[in-house]
Parts: sequence; structure tokens; C-alpha cells
Amino acid sequence: MPDIIFRDGSICQNEWVVVPRPENGESLTIPEQPALIPADLWLENRDQFAGKRDIGVWLDGHDEPDVLADHVHELPLVAINFPKFSDGRGYSTARLLRERFGFKNELRAIGDVLLDQLQFMKRCGFDTYDLRPDKDIRKAARSLNFFSQGYQAATDTDLPLFRRRAS
Amino acid sequence: MYVYDEHDRLMAKERVAQFRDQTARALAGELEEDEFLPLRLQNGLYIQRLAPMLRICVPYGMLRSAQLRRLARITRDYDKSYAHFTTRQNVQLNWPAVEDVPDILAELAEVEMHANQTSGNCIRNTTTDQFAGVQADEIADPRPYCEIIRQWSTFHPEFAYLPRKFKVAVNASEKTDRAAIQVHDIGLQIVRNESGDLGFRVHVGGGLGRTPMIAPVIREFLPELDLLTYLESILRVYNRYGRRDNKFKARIKILVKALTPEGFSEKVETEWAHIKDSPTRLTPEAIERIQGYFTEPDYAELSNATDQLAQQRFESRAFDQWLQHNVDTHKKPGYAIVSLTLKETGTPPGDVTDQQLEHIADLADEYSFGEARVTHYQNVVLADVRQDRLFELWQQLGPLGFGTANLHTLNDIICCPGGDFCALANAKSIPVAEAIQRRFDNLDYLYDLGNIDLNISGCMNACGHHHVGNIGVLGVDKKGQEFYQVSLGGASQHDASIGKILGPSFAQDDMPDVIAKIIDVYIDKRTEEESFVDTYRRVGISPFKERVYA
Ligand code: SF4
Repeated sequence: MPDIIFRDGSICQNEWVVVPRPENGESLTIPEQPALIPADLWLENRDQFAGKRDIGVWLDGHDEPDVLADHVHELPLVAINFPKFSDGRGYSTARLLRERFGFKNELRAIGDVLLDQLQFMKRCGFDTYDLRPDKDIRKAARSLNFFSQGYQAATDTDLPLFRRRAS
Repeated sequence: MYVYDEHDRLMAKERVAQFRDQTARALAGELEEDEFLPLRLQNGLYIQRLAPMLRICVPYGMLRSAQLRRLARITRDYDKSYAHFTTRQNVQLNWPAVEDVPDILAELAEVEMHANQTSGNCIRNTTTDQFAGVQADEIADPRPYCEIIRQWSTFHPEFAYLPRKFKVAVNASEKTDRAAIQVHDIGLQIVRNESGDLGFRVHVGGGLGRTPMIAPVIREFLPELDLLTYLESILRVYNRYGRRDNKFKARIKILVKALTPEGFSEKVETEWAHIKDSPTRLTPEAIERIQGYFTEPDYAELSNATDQLAQQRFESRAFDQWLQHNVDTHKKPGYAIVSLTLKETGTPPGDVTDQQLEHIADLADEYSFGEARVTHYQNVVLADVRQDRLFELWQQLGPLGFGTANLHTLNDIICCPGGDFCALANAKSIPVAEAIQRRFDNLDYLYDLGNIDLNISGCMNACGHHHVGNIGVLGVDKKGQEFYQVSLGGASQHDASIGKILGPSFAQDDMPDVIAKIIDVYIDKRTEEESFVDTYRRVGISPFKERVYA
């Protein structure tokens, strides 16, 4: 299994596999190991999946996170797919899941995940990053830590700089 | 003017280190060209037709003399000893080497400057009126709000990869709009409501480019403290729903149009209801703190130097003309606002040499509390000059190349770098500007014509704001040949409108004649009081068409 990057830059074994959306006519096959399935298919089969510690979901760039609003406590892991690294919708999706819907478990970035975007992902609430395999995972910690703080409030901090300055 | 505290300084330093690392990885081949692209763009670095171009941010156009001197030094050490003031109040270097850029950024950071987010699909430099803080009729100084927006938008983690670039402008006067807010993605007009509370009228979805649009109002009154949460809501709606499939349909104006202004506003309001009271809501103390950086300089208690000026005007006609055209009324008695025009015929509009930058710094120190401002007309303003020293100042301007008293005349042309520098250009723009300036070289004639905005862009991206020029010129490509399309009747102020295309395009050599014919029609048709755009609005486009294509 390839490795996965944690928020603090450390690297661990990845146990989860992303199950792609089945083609027309195919049915969803759940592998033996912990699996992430398309969120709408999870919802359709919620009776079967809810509360399972080894079944999580993934959302695509255009998916509305609202569909998971009532189920955030039933999911051990939610992944958000970046179809292209320059497609920034996933950052909003992540913040909504965290800040609006109160998702507390692992939030993971998948897809076209490169080094220079990790800092933004971290601030928007992602815990783990599935770096594109051609990128050097040993450089992740450095990319995550160029900045010691930010101006804005985001998922990582409630306090924008103007409030911290005041205190 | 804003001064960095330890947080700003630290982040500026960290940013330089980060870009140094990114550049090194790009040069080592660890980053693909398309992966490095947004990273370098968000640091103002373009790869142009002839060389890289670095766009340096001048937040809302304000510069200290020390910053001007540093810019001058940078143009000498890393470039060809000149720089270019852009139509968005920034500064561009046309010839830096890619590998030098991290060092340039480090030098800039030392004087509290940077190139963050001057390009790319992110929130760009917030612009405002170049007369902010010194004009009599402004509701509140817009610069503290611009600075608040600058901080909020800098490295915003959610909005670094928007569908397209995003520009915010703030205006503070009810009578004039020198910031052209209605052609921005977000235009904020500072207003007071009936109870006297300060706030903003929020326009969203204006813009130039392929689909020019005047921004509709999506909220009549936004209380001051709600500024950032509301901006965050607008940006979130845009980030999530703006089109990403087609670059030409990706600006927020297209989304606003698709949803209708009402529909868009509703989406924003729904989003805002959730985050309105979040910690991102501004506090009075936070605003006061920033306002504390924009307090009045140490003005002397003076009265207007009316008699002295009258005498000097009587003695020198050239001074009289300059005073009429390049000097504006200041809110403080005994002071005046001076515009230095960078539009000498033969110099590309907005270009300044290293020495000129240093001269501006010296003039700012001597006459204007050490500060200068860049305008979107590509000129420079000294905002706080004593009236009793205007004559003395004026005498120095001619030899320095800033004395041309052509502000707002036909020759005060806004012009993008065009085909001489820009890889995206369809046609050159600088030679067209120069040919027109040469044709209209009689200042008295120019004064008689009154205010006319002539704006030139080398392609549809409209960096020269051609749509909102009273006369707009757009470079087009006709079977590999450079041609120019002319439009009339655009305006960028409170009466903002998009110009109408006159007809088939013209060859470069014909342009001075075409402009001359347009001006002739105006002279024939105008009534005594009418400006060019007034006459155009009254008589319509046909008389111009008939004359030009006769
Ligand atoms: S308008 Fe076109 S040619 Fe002119 S600077 Fe912008 S992109 Fe380049």
C-alpha cells in the first residue's frame, strides 16, 4: 500500500482504498479492506453501511456536502476528490463539512493532490493527503509548514489575525 | 499609510522562502510547467513574449518614498532600468530573470512590498480612488477597508484556486468613482444609511474582457462590521458554482447573469446567514486599529494661497494650464492634490525610468509627506502639496518628464503593454497611442476638447479598459494582420457604461485619422457645455459612423 501524509507532515501506511464509481450496469463491489465509496451510493445503501468502521465515502468536486449533513457521525472517513489540483471547490466542501456540518472524523484529500496545495488543505480541515505518486512525499512536511500562521479564521483556527492582535 | 507589524513581516518572509523553494523545484524539473504556472502567477510572474514579467503589488496604489527608491534600485540591478505602472495601480518589471525573482521578492519584502496574488485565479490587489483621504466629499477613507480586505484575502486557504481571477474595488465618494467599481467582480461603494451608520453598497459581477458587464447591486446596505463575512459568502458561492469548464465563462459576472442578480444575491444571503456572526465578523477595535495607520499627516494650519496663485498664473500661462488640469482641490485649506502625468509623447504610457522613480521619491519627500500614489490612469499623484509651493514644484516637473499638463485630455491615454511585450496580444498598442499623441500635440486644442478618456487594449483581455473609454481601441487579429476596432461612448465613473462598436476595424496607420474624424464630429455637434460623452449620448453613433466610413 502507498503511504499517506498526516496533517503534521508525518507519513503512515494507507489502509483505505478508493472504490471508483461503477460504470453503467456494473454493481458496486466492496473490497475486503477499508473502502471509500461514492457518497450517493453510500446514502442509497445506508442501512447496510452506517456505523461500519471500515466503510467511508468520497465526494467529487461538484458534489454537495449537504447530503452528508445528517450522517457525519456515521462516517469514519470522508475523502474529497480534487479532479485537477487547480480546481478549488474541494476547499469549500471541506470547510462546510467541518464548520457547518460538524464532521469530526478523518477528512482526506484524494485525486490530483500535489505538494504546494497541502498548506491550504490543512487550513481547510483536511487531516490526511493522498499525494500523487510521482511527487516526493518526503517534501510534504516542508510544504505544510512554510507559514507559521495565517490572516484568516478557517477550520484550523477560530481566530482571524485581527482578533489575535487585539488580545 | 499601513506599516507592517511583526505578523505581516513574518508572513512576508515566509512567503519569500516558499517561493524560493517553489522556483528551485521548478528549475530542477520537479514541478511540471502547468503545476508551476499557478504558483508563479500568484507571485506575479508571467512568462511573456520576450522575457518574464514580474508584477509587483502596490496595495491600493500607495507608495512610500523608500519603496520607490527600492523599486528604482531593483530595476537597475535586475532589469533594464525602467518599470511600468499598470491600469490596476501596480508596477511591472518587463525583463527580470526567473532565477532572480526570489531575490527580488526578498528585496521587496525589506520595504514591506510583495508580488502576492498580482496574477492568477485568486483575489487580486484591491484598488480604490487615488484621491482617497484627501478629497472633501468622501464618506469615509476607503484605504483602511482596502487594507482589511488585503489581509483577509492574502493566502486565503479556501480561495486560492478560484475559477478565474477576482478583483475588488472600493469607492468612497458619492459624486465621483475614480476606482471604476462597477466594472469589478466586486465593487464596494461606501455609504451611510438613514440612521447614519457606515456600510457598503455591494455590486457584484462587473467586468470587461469578452463579455463586458456593469455590476448589478446585490445588496443596498451592508453594515461595516459585516464586510468580511459577506465577502467570504460571495467568494464561497463563486468558488463552488462558478464555471470551470470554459475559461471565457468563468468570471463571476457569468454566474451572476446565469442565476440573475436576485438569484445570486439569494444564494449569498443564505450562505451569509450561517457565517454572519462567526469570528470573521469585524470588530470596531480591528477597524480602528487599521484606521490608525491612515490618519492625517502633520498638516500646517494654512489658508488658501489664492492671491499668490492668481499672480503666478497671471505670470505664466503654462503654469496656469497645469494648475487647471493637473491640480485638484484638497479637503484641507492651503493644500492641493497634484497629478504627475506619465504621458509624455514618445514614452509608452505608464513607463518610468529608475531615475524618474527616484525623482518621484524626492518630490514626495520634499512636497508630500514622503508618499505617492499610482492611479489606474497610469499616472502618479502627490496628494498633499502646499499651495504656496505649487509653482516651485511645477518648475521642476518639466525637465523630469512629468509636467505635461494633459491630465484627462485625449492624450492622457490609458494603454496596456500590448504586442510589444505581452504574449496574449493581438496587436501592438503603444505605437497607436504614440501616433495619436503626435497627431494631437496642441495643448490648447486638447483643452478645448475637454475631458476625453481614450483607452487602448492589445486584446480582448482589456487590460487597457477599452470598453469604458469614451473612445475605446481594441487590437484585433485579422488573418495574421494587426487591426484596431473602435468603440464609442464607454464610461467608467458613476455613469459607467460599455462602449458601442463603431464598425469594421482599421489598419494601424489609419488610426490617427480615424480619431481625428471622430473628434471633428464631436466639435460639429457639441453644445457649449457638452463633454464628448454627453454629445455622443445625445446624438448617438450614426453621425460618427457616417463621417468615419464616408
Ligand atoms: S489587453 Fe491583452 S495585450 Fe494588453 S496587456 Fe492585457 S492581455 Fe496583454
